[in-house]
Amino acid sequence: MSASTNTEPMLSADGKPLKQSLARALRRQKIRALLLIAPLLAFIFIAFILPIISMLFRSVENDIVATTLPQTVAALQTWDSSTGELPDEPVYAAFASDIQKAAKAKIHTKVGLRLNYEQSGIASLFKKTARKAKKWDMEADGPFKEKLIDIHKGWSNVETWQTLKVHSSNYTSGYFLNAIDMHKTASGPEFQPENKQILLTLFGRTLIMSLAIMGSCLLLGYPVAWLLANLPMRHANLLMILVLLPFWTSLLVRTSAWKVMLQQQGVINDVLVNLGLVADSARLVMINNETGTIVAMTHILLPFMILPMYSVMQTIPPSYLRAAKSLGATNTTAFWRVYFPQSVPGIGAGSILVFILAIGYYITPEIVGGTKGVFISNRIAYHILRSLNWGLAAALGTILLVAVLILYWAYDKMVGIDNVKLGG
Amino acid sequence: MAALTVISRKPLSFVLSVTALLGALLGVLMGMSMGNAPLGLIAGAAITSAVAYLGTSVIPEERTARYGLIAATLIAGLYFFGLVGGLTGALWGWFLGWFIFWLYEGRYRARLHPYLTPGQVLWHFTFRIICGLIFAFLIIPIIVVMPLSFNAQDFFTFTPEMLRFDPAGYSLKHYNDFFTNNEWQRSFKNSLIIAPIATLVSVSLGTLAAIGLSQSHVPFKRAIMAILISPMIVPLIISATGMFFFYAGLGKFLEYQLGLDKNLVGYMKVVLAHAVLGIPFVIITVTATLVGFDNSLTRAAANMGANPVTTFFRVQMPLILPGVISGGLFAFITSFDEVVVIMFVGSASQKTLPWQMFTGLREQISPTILAVATILVALSIVLLTTLELLRRRSEKLRGMSPS
Repeated sequence: MSASTNTEPMLSADGKPLKQSLARALRRQKIRALLLIAPLLAFIFIAFILPIISMLFRSVENDIVATTLPQTVAALQTWDSSTGELPDEPVYAAFASDIQKAAKAKIHTKVGLRLNYEQSGIASLFKKTARKAKKWDMEADGPFKEKLIDIHKGWSNVETWQTLKVHSSNYTSGYFLNAIDMHKTASGPEFQPENKQILLTLFGRTLIMSLAIMGSCLLLGYPVAWLLANLPMRHANLLMILVLLPFWTSLLVRTSAWKVMLQQQGVINDVLVNLGLVADSARLVMINNETGTIVAMTHILLPFMILPMYSVMQTIPPSYLRAAKSLGATNTTAFWRVYFPQSVPGIGAGSILVFILAIGYYITPEIVGGTKGVFISNRIAYHILRSLNWGLAAALGTILLVAVLILYWAYDKMVGIDNVKLGG
Repeated sequence: MAALTVISRKPLSFVLSVTALLGALLGVLMGMSMGNAPLGLIAGAAITSAVAYLGTSVIPEERTARYGLIAATLIAGLYFFGLVGGLTGALWGWFLGWFIFWLYEGRYRARLHPYLTPGQVLWHFTFRIICGLIFAFLIIPIIVVMPLSFNAQDFFTFTPEMLRFDPAGYSLKHYNDFFTNNEWQRSFKNSLIIAPIATLVSVSLGTLAAIGLSQSHVPFKRAIMAILISPMIVPLIISATGMFFFYAGLGKFLEYQLGLDKNLVGYMKVVLAHAVLGIPFVIITVTATLVGFDNSLTRAAANMGANPVTTFFRVQMPLILPGVISGGLFAFITSFDEVVVIMFVGSASQKTLPWQMFTGLREQISPTILAVATILVALSIVLLTTLELLRRRSEKLRGMSPS
């Protein structure tokens, strides 16, 4: 190379410095790429990210009490809820005025329902009060303390007022506390009474059963992945069909197939009875409990375990095992010390994928799980579709979402999201 | 695979004991179903080892022995259990004949490495059997549904007529019900409306974005990719919950502010939701196809005077078409198979086929579900075949040797 350096900047064809026109070209390329992505990004943002954000917002939003009963909330500010004494007349008067307005606007049932999640009985209390309050004359009919207590003795109960005060803020942690079996009281968060604690059990069960499903998928998937990776391509492709066909078959089809297989008059029980292994009177109960959920979901999620493990195992040269054996390793040593460590990335990827999919499952547990085999997602669906406690559903969903995002992050660290493969 | 090991005949004692073991196993099962397991065990072991001895030592030629065995079991089966028994017997006779000579001539050794110890050979075949059982676990539930959908009774189980292959035990009435019942037909029609439109939306937007993503310089590529794939990662129940809140407001806005028809708004919401769910699949498959795309082709096209749009449709699109179609198939099946989101977002007039199946499974159990299931399995076989053909074509187009 020549030692002399040219201090003049290099020029491109149009006479501009090369560096500058390269930077311009790069910028244009970047903008073009972003413009191509932009429509989809906007679409995903509106149709997916915003809904998720609205769910997060729902889980803390609580303006219904403050907007429906504004005067009462203001009047309750001065009342000390810890003394155990009933509030004074101004609070009752404010409430009477609020409930009258609410009753005329027909929104009193909503707030009653909202408070009913916290203290059962409030919904009917509100309904009854509102019916009477419609006819009152706010100027002449006071004092309202006795009047309200006359209508329903619930108004002489300090707890009612405490509940009202505790839940009068615009944002609340109440739904999240409910989601972990606690509730907000005047003296801070407390655990629900024993007989109302179901959600923590459900979270625990979701976790344990997802782990069990992951474990059984691993147990069944590992040998199959090994076989597929070590067979000649022609045979492996044929066997791959047996893995891919269930993968492509509708989820509802597979779930109904398991219903057919597992029920008491089902195929498995019939075979066992015909073989004489099980007495006709003592048919196995394999559906509408944990067994049903685990068996059906293992079947449904097994391809998700096999496919990532297969793609990892394909890259492990079979000669390594032979080399280990020729150096004197026994079969077990060769497997555990040479083959297994190399297949760990596949195990990790498959396990996390199966686990993520399992903890959010709804359809299969709903159909084959009965009452003992349902997951937290079934509870979310219940609160959305049946009990209409949307705030609690949103809080449960948020907790589940956080758990999945953590796992997703781990999956990204281990496999990388751009390495997700579909169907081999 | 070619033969690796020179094979030789094995001692008769080995063949006899292994076949006796097999016979004993079968005998126990038969004996148990008839109520006398020990007798079955002894009889099974004795009969099979006797057959093995006859076949290998008395009858001079292998072909004669094997065909003779099939004929004998066929006749015995026909005599004792009728037509089905005859068929099962012949099948069993064929297997036993093959098994005896597979052992006797040492054929099982032919494709294994010569240095394997007997223990390793045994493990090799045990492992194969275990894998076979797992494959059976994967495939049997899907297979079982098919014959049951032709059940003449309204049961979810095999009737004795069906097991005897009696034509009276079979009928097409559940299929008939599916094709004539209003509710099933309406939900089927809804599925056929919603899934293609949702697929179209996700394929067109997804392909465009995938081309953008595969450019060489994309700022924030990882973050963008994470957002685009998120609908696949977030559990359906959470997406459904979020969409339930948001789409209700959106629907009200479209209906009351813009004055759109209520039914139309319902379909729009569902199509939108399903399009979002299908997008990650399109992105993943199309970007995977674009990885092998030779960018000098587009440059060559531009060099010859084609504008970007012409280049895209005449040069790039034909090459990535297999990837786009398979992404579209994934998106289609996602929408076609989806229950949770549509239950939360849609109303009864948008009821789709899976939704109808779901309510059917939960409430009024009717075997029509099995007929639908069989049709859907046939559909998934068609899809699987199409995908495999597309994959091969894509590899050929990209100049890779098909594996």
